[in-house]
Amino acid sequence: MERRPTRSTLALLGERVIETLIKVSGVSAVIFVVAIFFFIFREAAPVLWSDDFHILEFLFSTEWYPTSVSNVRYGTLALTVGTLSVTAVAILLAIPFGLGAAIFVSEFCSPKLKETLKIVIELLAAIPSVVWGFVGLTVMSKVIVTLTGTAVGVNLLNGGVILALMSVPIIVSIGEDALRAVPDSYREAAVALGATRWQTVYRVLLPAAKNGLLAAVLLGVGRAVGETMAVLMATGHAVQIPHGLLDSVRTLTANVAAELGEAPAGSSHYRVLFLTGVLLFWITMVVNLAADFAVRGIRRK
Amino acid sequence: MNSLRRSPMMSVLPIVLTLGAVALLLPACGRSGGGSSTTIQVRGSDTMVNVAQAWAEEYAKAQPAVGVEVSGGGSGVGIAALERGTIDIANASRNMKSEEVEQARKNTGLEPREFIVGYDALAVFVHIDNPLSEITIEQLADVFAEDGKAVRWSDLGVSIPGVSDDTIVRISRQSSSGTYEFFREHVLGTKDFKLGSRDMNGSKEVVELVGNTRTAIGYSGMGYATGAVKMLKIARAAGEPAFEPSVANTISKAYPLARSLQVYTLGEPQGAVKGYIDWILSNAGQRILEENGYVPVNPGGSGA
Repeated sequence: MERRPTRSTLALLGERVIETLIKVSGVSAVIFVVAIFFFIFREAAPVLWSDDFHILEFLFSTEWYPTSVSNVRYGTLALTVGTLSVTAVAILLAIPFGLGAAIFVSEFCSPKLKETLKIVIELLAAIPSVVWGFVGLTVMSKVIVTLTGTAVGVNLLNGGVILALMSVPIIVSIGEDALRAVPDSYREAAVALGATRWQTVYRVLLPAAKNGLLAAVLLGVGRAVGETMAVLMATGHAVQIPHGLLDSVRTLTANVAAELGEAPAGSSHYRVLFLTGVLLFWITMVVNLAADFAVRGIRRK
Repeated sequence: MNSLRRSPMMSVLPIVLTLGAVALLLPACGRSGGGSSTTIQVRGSDTMVNVAQAWAEEYAKAQPAVGVEVSGGGSGVGIAALERGTIDIANASRNMKSEEVEQARKNTGLEPREFIVGYDALAVFVHIDNPLSEITIEQLADVFAEDGKAVRWSDLGVSIPGVSDDTIVRISRQSSSGTYEFFREHVLGTKDFKLGSRDMNGSKEVVELVGNTRTAIGYSGMGYATGAVKMLKIARAAGEPAFEPSVANTISKAYPLARSLQVYTLGEPQGAVKGYIDWILSNAGQRILEENGYVPVNPGGSGA
C-alpha cells in the first residue's frame, strides 16, 4: 500500500485557504446577481407607488417625455421595441456568419490558416464598442446612404450590422470550441460510413455540438441586448417604433446612458431609468431561461 | 502521488500579489487634486465644451500650477454634478432652475453663484442645397412640436432639389442638453418635442448630420457652422423681419434665439477657481471665446 504523503501544517492551511477562496468565488456570482438586482430595484421601487407613474403606461406606451414641462410621460414601448429589433437584425445577420465561420475554422481549413483566422477573429472581439460606434457613425452610415438612397444612415440596419459584427467573433470562438469538443471518433465513424465532409458536418457534428453552439449564439445575443455605446452612436437615437430597416430607433440601454447623467438623483425620471434597468434585467433573464430550457430539451432528446 | 507536493506558498502567492495590486490601485481611482498642483473640475454644456477646452489649454500656459479638467455631457449633467458638489465649475447654456438651486443648497449648504461668460446665438441649420433662407418661430414649432403639422418640406412650401422623399428629418439634442431646453422654452413654449427626432449627443454631431442630409433641419450653437450647412434667418412671427444669427444681432437681441452662456460655482469662488473665472472674463479669456464663434460679454470693450 502506498504511504500517504505527509504534509506540513502550512501546506494544510494553504489548502484550506484556497478551498475557501474557491468556494467564495463560486458563491459570489450568486451574491452579485442578487445584490445587483436588489440595488437597482431599490433605486427604482419608490416610483412604482407615485402618482405620476403607471406601470401599464411604462410598459405599453410609446410616449417617452421624461422632462416635459406640461405633461410628463414615461412610456418605454418604443425603446423596448428598439432594443428587440436591433438585436433581432443583429442575430439574423450574425448566426449564419458566426456558425459558418466556426464550422469552417474547425473543420475545413488548413491548420496554418486556422491559426491566422483565430488570431484575427479574437482581435475582432477585442475592438472596444465605442470604436464600433465610430465605424457605424462614419463609415457604415455613408455606405447605407449610398446603397439605399435613404436620407439618414444612422438607423436600425446600421445598429444591427454593427452589433452583428460585434457578436460574430464571440459566436465563432465559442462555437469553434464546441465543435472541437466533439470527439474525433465521431468524425472517424462518419468517414468510415462513407459520409462526405458536408454530411459529417450537418448530420454528425452539428447535432453533437448543439448545446455548445446554442450557448455561443446566446452569448452573442447577450452582447447584442446589453450593448450600449455602439448602438447609441449607430442607431440615430430616435424614439419611435421602426416601420422598416431604415428607420432610426433608440434602445433601452442607449436611453439610460444618454439620460442618467442629467436626471437629478431621487427624481421620478431617475427612478424610471433604474426601472428601465430592471426591465432590461428581466429581458436578459427571460432569454437566459429560455435558453436553459431549450438546452435541457435538447439534452432529453 | 509525491509529485503533487508543492509548496502551498507558491500557489497562494499569485492571489496575494493580485489582491495587493488591486488594493494599491484603488486609491488611485479617487479624485485628483490632493497633490501639489491644484486641479479645477469643470463639467457641463456641450455647446461650451469646445471653448471650455480652449480656455483650459490656454490657462495651462498662463498658470502651469493649475490644471483644468473639462468634460461635457450637457448643461443638466454639469448642474447635477454641481448639486452633488463633485465638481468646481458647471458650464451651462441655460440658467439654473429654481429647484436645481434649491437642491444644491440642500445638498451642500452653499448658494450657487452665476457668472455670465459670453453670449451665443442658437442657429437653425439646414443643408446647403435647401432653398429655404428664413423661417418663423411658428413654423419651427410646426416642425418640432408634438402636435406640429409640418411633416414634409412641401408643407412649408419648400421643394428640395434632387430628393424623392421630402419628409423633414428633424435633428434634435438629448434631453440633458441646455440647447435642447433653450430651444423648447423659446420655440415650443410649454409644448413637447415631436417624438422620432434624431437626438444627437453633441452640438457638432447635429451640424454634421444636417450637412450629410439634404432633407434635415436641426439646431445648434452658431459657432459650429460649417460649409455644408446654412443658417436660417429667423423671424419672431410671420410678416416681421427675419434676422440672421450674427454678433451684432445677438448683442442687440434682435435675433430671437440669442442666449447667454454661464458658469456656476458653489458659493463665492475662492483661490484657484476665482483666478480661473477672473481670467475667463479677462481680455485673454474673452478673445478665446470670440475665436470659438461666440460673442464676448463686453464686445469691443476692454473686458471685465
